[in-house]
Amino acid sequence: MSSLRSILFALGGGLLATASLAAEPRAVPTFEQAVESADGQTVYFNAWGGDERINAYIDWVGDQVSARYGITVQHVKLSDTADAVARVLAERAAGNRTTGSIDLIWINGENFAAMKEADLLFGPFVSELPNFALVDTEGKPTTLIDFTVPTDGLEAPWGMAKFNFIYDSARLETTPENARELFDWAATEPGRFTYPAPPDFMGSTFLKQLLIELTEDADLLQRPVQDDAQFAEVTAPLWAYLDTLHPNLWRDGRAFPTNGPAQRRLLDDGEVDIALSFYPGEASSLIAAGQLAESARTFVFPEGTIGNTHFVAIPFNARAPEAAMVVADFLMSPEAQAEKQNPEVWGDDTVLDLARLSEEARALFDAVPLGPATLAPEALGPVLLEPHPTWMTALESDWRRRYLR
Amino acid sequence: MRLPGLPFSPLALVPPLTLALFLLPIGAGLVGTWLPAFGILPSLGGTGPTLTPWVRLLNDPALPGALTATLISGFGSTLLAFTLTVGFAAAAQGTWAYRQATRLLAPLLAVPHAAIAIGVAFLLAPSGFLLRLVSPWATGLDLPPDLATVQDRYGVALALALAVKETPFLLLMLLGALGQVQAPQRLATARSLGYGPVTAWLKTVLPAVYPQLRLPIYAVLAFSLSVIDMALILGPTAPPTFAVLVFRWFNDPDLTLRFVGAAGATLQLLVVVAGIALWRLAEIAAARLGRRWIARGNRGGPGQIARQGWSAAVFLLLGLGLASLLVMALWSFAGRWRWPDAWPDSVTLVTWSRQLEPAAASGWTTLLLGLAAAGLALALVLGCLEQEQRSGRRPTRALWLLYLPLLVPQVAFLFGAQVLAILAGLDGSFTALVWSHLLFVLPYVFLALAEPWRRLDTRYLRSAQCLGATPFAVFWRVKLPMLLRPVLFATAVGFAVSVAQYLPTLFAGGGRYATLTTEAVTLSAGADRRVVGVFAFLQALLPLAAFAAAVGIPAWCYRNRRALQ
Repeated sequence: MSSLRSILFALGGGLLATASLAAEPRAVPTFEQAVESADGQTVYFNAWGGDERINAYIDWVGDQVSARYGITVQHVKLSDTADAVARVLAERAAGNRTTGSIDLIWINGENFAAMKEADLLFGPFVSELPNFALVDTEGKPTTLIDFTVPTDGLEAPWGMAKFNFIYDSARLETTPENARELFDWAATEPGRFTYPAPPDFMGSTFLKQLLIELTEDADLLQRPVQDDAQFAEVTAPLWAYLDTLHPNLWRDGRAFPTNGPAQRRLLDDGEVDIALSFYPGEASSLIAAGQLAESARTFVFPEGTIGNTHFVAIPFNARAPEAAMVVADFLMSPEAQAEKQNPEVWGDDTVLDLARLSEEARALFDAVPLGPATLAPEALGPVLLEPHPTWMTALESDWRRRYLR
Repeated sequence: MRLPGLPFSPLALVPPLTLALFLLPIGAGLVGTWLPAFGILPSLGGTGPTLTPWVRLLNDPALPGALTATLISGFGSTLLAFTLTVGFAAAAQGTWAYRQATRLLAPLLAVPHAAIAIGVAFLLAPSGFLLRLVSPWATGLDLPPDLATVQDRYGVALALALAVKETPFLLLMLLGALGQVQAPQRLATARSLGYGPVTAWLKTVLPAVYPQLRLPIYAVLAFSLSVIDMALILGPTAPPTFAVLVFRWFNDPDLTLRFVGAAGATLQLLVVVAGIALWRLAEIAAARLGRRWIARGNRGGPGQIARQGWSAAVFLLLGLGLASLLVMALWSFAGRWRWPDAWPDSVTLVTWSRQLEPAAASGWTTLLLGLAAAGLALALVLGCLEQEQRSGRRPTRALWLLYLPLLVPQVAFLFGAQVLAILAGLDGSFTALVWSHLLFVLPYVFLALAEPWRRLDTRYLRSAQCLGATPFAVFWRVKLPMLLRPVLFATAVGFAVSVAQYLPTLFAGGGRYATLTTEAVTLSAGADRRVVGVFAFLQALLPLAAFAAAVGIPAWCYRNRRALQ
């Protein structure tokens, strides 16, 4: 046994000795160099895997980049993007600087803020990507500012999300137009509404949507949380709202669906009447996939709902950053973006400025059907900006403290 | 048996090597978890020692609810499985129902926990299969009722699904143990003294057989108190069970929670240790009371009601398990299947044709991983058993060590083991993945193979040696062929255990290796049930196929050898 003990000590000592050393940033290649090195590389693409339509789209991307650039894409399906952030951290903790297990990560918001803050990202690389020039950075400012945090070229825009609700028009005739009406409706129809438990991004977005509507001065949310007192004051109306809403929720607010897809399955099962969504085309996409009734429709709050952009980023210790850059560029290509926008595929809005595209490329988008349940762009309502990530983190932990007991 | 002066055999290295393969990751993983629990993990800015993680853990508002659900589901499922197993063996021994039930054991044992949980979730949900069968014509329900029949606050549904998996395991362990305590003779004696069949069994067989059931029960208890994959699917959500809570801390973007997670993992270990200690105390108390009960000499009745009651309960539970598999298989072929339709509106191959490619990818990983882990485990176990037989020493203490990976909660050491794997450059490699599975595969392979191996009539071996066969030839040409059936059965058990692993696959595989189980658990959260059905079905199919092969291959090989059939 004594030899075992000495081994344990040696390992324990190694653990202690691995202090974090300052990492030298790795050089960013030009796109041509990247394409050259990418041939034969494998990209471990860490992306939330809870939606098989998105998974199928990522498979398609893999086929495309394999044919064009000789890159193999391995989709590592995450149940929470934070898992991957945790992984990169653990790798840095162990001194892994160039052979990390993640090459590309689907990310935005607080995960991006956390990785940027901790210097866990490769780049800036986005300006090297030719297709980035087609991105509508003026009309869609969230492609450069992620939850109030500047992207600084560390993440490449992939898609546009806008918060909306899905309902079954056969069961629900009128839909609530704001947080107050939603509250009143839940009171008259107890047990027919719920939201995914934060920190699932859908549930957290719902909290932020409510906060923006309910708090006195929503502009405060664009700046970081100052202190606990300010947070308590600003969020007091939200907690008052939730405290009285929860008893009227599905399962009396004592259980919550895991994520957005879980809730839309509840909608299809008839357990609830409203589901939450981030993709304006999602309801149509689900009807096409036979996962929602033909009578499913979309609604938004006319005064505005939260909109944001989701991105892909490359961890600082990626094994194949070159191939990851090439894949990130392909994801922004008109072809990949048009495919993604198709509700029969995914239904996720493009980040591109259609005016900057060639005629040929624009035709790809013109050919994309809108779908029976998708609201026209002008009916989607104004975009509310995401609060600073500190609000989301604080909201999530306070929500957990209050309701996860 | 080994004569002095005989040359040193490399075989002697196998048992220590096997133990090292086990103890190293578990021991190092535990230390690697305990240090951060006290604030020591310099790379994350923890230079400790400090009690802050413990203070945060104990002040967490989710802790009481999470622990309550853990204790109720953990003890509830173990008690249920134990009561059903013992009651059924006592009440239904020798009946038709007993023989039928023992036939159902292997398939239910083979099927991964997650597949059962997914199916049970759909069966029991308020919008699930059972209510669909009777709605709305019998229940009058146009919409599913708002009742927490799954993911309930106290983990009752979780306990039920756990018992579905654990009852077959305990029954199988009991069947093996019964052979060693001369149960028929004991029963015959008691019956001739006028005891009723059930009372006779409980008074004369149970006390003899229980010591051999003890470790399996502790393993079941430890597993139930720390299970993650089933709890993610069927357990409560606000708060989740304690193991899930710890699992989430390890994955939180807030790094300081990694320390709380380490403290939580350590608490999880303490919960399991305390749970086993509590069970041990209950054993002592039950033995005291039982002795008095036995001494009183009540003969008991014919036990007709007990027989029917227990048979019904066991069949209900086993039926729930089988139905959960069938219903997910049906989902994979379903067209549309909405509430309140009892059956799908159509049957189609569309889901299969779409999912075949992604499912095949993770299916191959599962297959290779399972074969590698089971094959390696088999080689090590054969080496250990062969060395044991040649040296003539039968280690008794080693059995406890063997059970170690089954008694120590996975979440209590996998985090530490992962940090070490990263240090060793093994993290996210196939080697690390196989090794992590080996920890859990090896004990089962050993348990399945040790008894048949030790029971083989040594006169065959001596005859072969007298005919001039070397020890290796005896092993290769006599023992292996004669024991082909248990060897393949043990391999199939090991394979099934590997297929079912969730947490080790995530931690050691670095998320790079998706198996059918990790995919099924991820998808079960919210994806299309038809797709979940494909994965759950395949997940169940692979181990079942392995068991079929384990039965079929020897039967074919020895079709002309009646004595070996």
